[in-house]
Amino acid sequence: MAKASITFEDINITVSAPAGTRIIEISEKVGSGITYGCREGDCGTCIMKVTDGWNNLTEPSVLEDKVLRENMAGKHNRLACQAQVLSGKISVKPV
Amino acid sequence: MSKVPQLIKDGQVQAVALSERVHWIGALDPTLRTFDIILKTANGTSYNAYAVRGSEGVAIIDTVKENFAGDFFARLETVARYDEIKVIVLNHLEPDHTGALPELMRRAPQAQLYISQKAQSMLKALLKQDEFEFTPVMTGDQVTLGDRSLEFFHTPYLHWPDTQCTYLPEERILFSGDVFGCHFCDLRLFNDEVGDFRFSFEYYYAHIMRPFKEHVNRALDLIEPLLPISQIAPAHGPLLRDQPQRYVHRYRELSRAVQQSETGEGPKTLLIFYISSYGNTRRMAEAIYEGAMTVNNVRVSLFDLEGGEIAPFVDLIEGADGLLFGTPTINGDAVKPVWDLLSSLAVVNLKTKLGGVFGSYGWSGEAVKMVEDRLRGLKLRVPIPGLRVKLIPTEEEIRNCREFGLELARELTGVRQSRVIDMADLA
Repeated sequence: MAKASITFEDINITVSAPAGTRIIEISEKVGSGITYGCREGDCGTCIMKVTDGWNNLTEPSVLEDKVLRENMAGKHNRLACQAQVLSGKISVKPV
Repeated sequence: MSKVPQLIKDGQVQAVALSERVHWIGALDPTLRTFDIILKTANGTSYNAYAVRGSEGVAIIDTVKENFAGDFFARLETVARYDEIKVIVLNHLEPDHTGALPELMRRAPQAQLYISQKAQSMLKALLKQDEFEFTPVMTGDQVTLGDRSLEFFHTPYLHWPDTQCTYLPEERILFSGDVFGCHFCDLRLFNDEVGDFRFSFEYYYAHIMRPFKEHVNRALDLIEPLLPISQIAPAHGPLLRDQPQRYVHRYRELSRAVQQSETGEGPKTLLIFYISSYGNTRRMAEAIYEGAMTVNNVRVSLFDLEGGEIAPFVDLIEGADGLLFGTPTINGDAVKPVWDLLSSLAVVNLKTKLGGVFGSYGWSGEAVKMVEDRLRGLKLRVPIPGLRVKLIPTEEEIRNCREFGLELARELTGVRQSRVIDMADLA
């Protein structure tokens, strides 16, 4: 199975995870400082900054885009509860 | 003798002037004793709304709780006609400020509604109607009433994501929403006339604003450049026309303590709380304490929950960098003193503090996982899986406890080495 390598910059931990894994599943297990609210893409609590490998994540859905806009998120921001890793290297950190 | 503003004249409620062009058109709720489930009030509250008259129209800033709409409209009618209303501003969408909005929009259909960017989805969810038109505004946006104007300052999380303040620069009046407010009901309205509301002001801050100190500081960065303000007109409690800057400074004082400890260069603080039936969880706690103390620049404290009160522990937790909880498992659950403390933390910000859990158990040991989940729910980060010991810890298990304390303390100081992990190896 394809794997991606995602680095949580705030805790300096890199995890090799199967394609399709949501970032929330990984970050909670390793204790990254990305925090979660509703966990279903509605509240915007888990906005994170993608510092590298933007294209190695799934594309944001229309709903995720809407939540990012409403929360005035920056252009390198995603919701950690929605974004799934695909392949290659990715780096993220809490905003 | 105090100058009591005439709120009622000849049996009719009256608006009260803050200035020639600005009037209070809110409502008093003197019999309320519990606000929003979480707040007590010994003398009720007020729902403050305001009317601002410019040469080209009238602005209404906030409304009142729905069952006080009668007083609000009656007061409004003493200072403006509905067809003069050009602007409606909602600084905050909680129902005690939006209860009269649908009826106000019906009576003044030409008025444009201004809310913060973050209020948009809340407006739809609160009013369950889609037909409202509104203009979302951000910090720096302005709307003109001719010779008066309103400027918006987005002050999120004071105390909802949507909250904003609205400033009237021509008169230097700040309509602050719930910021600088309190639940205190007094006919005399103004802070230089009402009874002693210091406790109510501090209590309101402690319960409503305290979890958002970081956001309070950001909001004050926007508000302080406006000083000297002539009056602060909050959405609850006394109108602050006498030395309004005192209240701005007080907010800064109240919000400063934690900010300093979190950004200061001093040692990281780690608090270890435990409770123990037969001394096994206590032995674990002591070994974790010993392990954590071997790390430089970490100040470790050990507390038996049986010997403490919740309120001072909450204060300690607010200023701490890391929190460990030790709990036995009794009948498949963590024990009540642990849950009592963990259910008392809504008044402080816990986001990204480090957490960890440990405990001794007899046969199933669910408590550690349950408390870990609770810590994650409270937005702590839990980087190291909890430590469980069946009944009496062995020497090896005590060594594991020391290691657990050491690792968590290292995590706090950021000295853990970078690691590469396979997802399959994560518990």
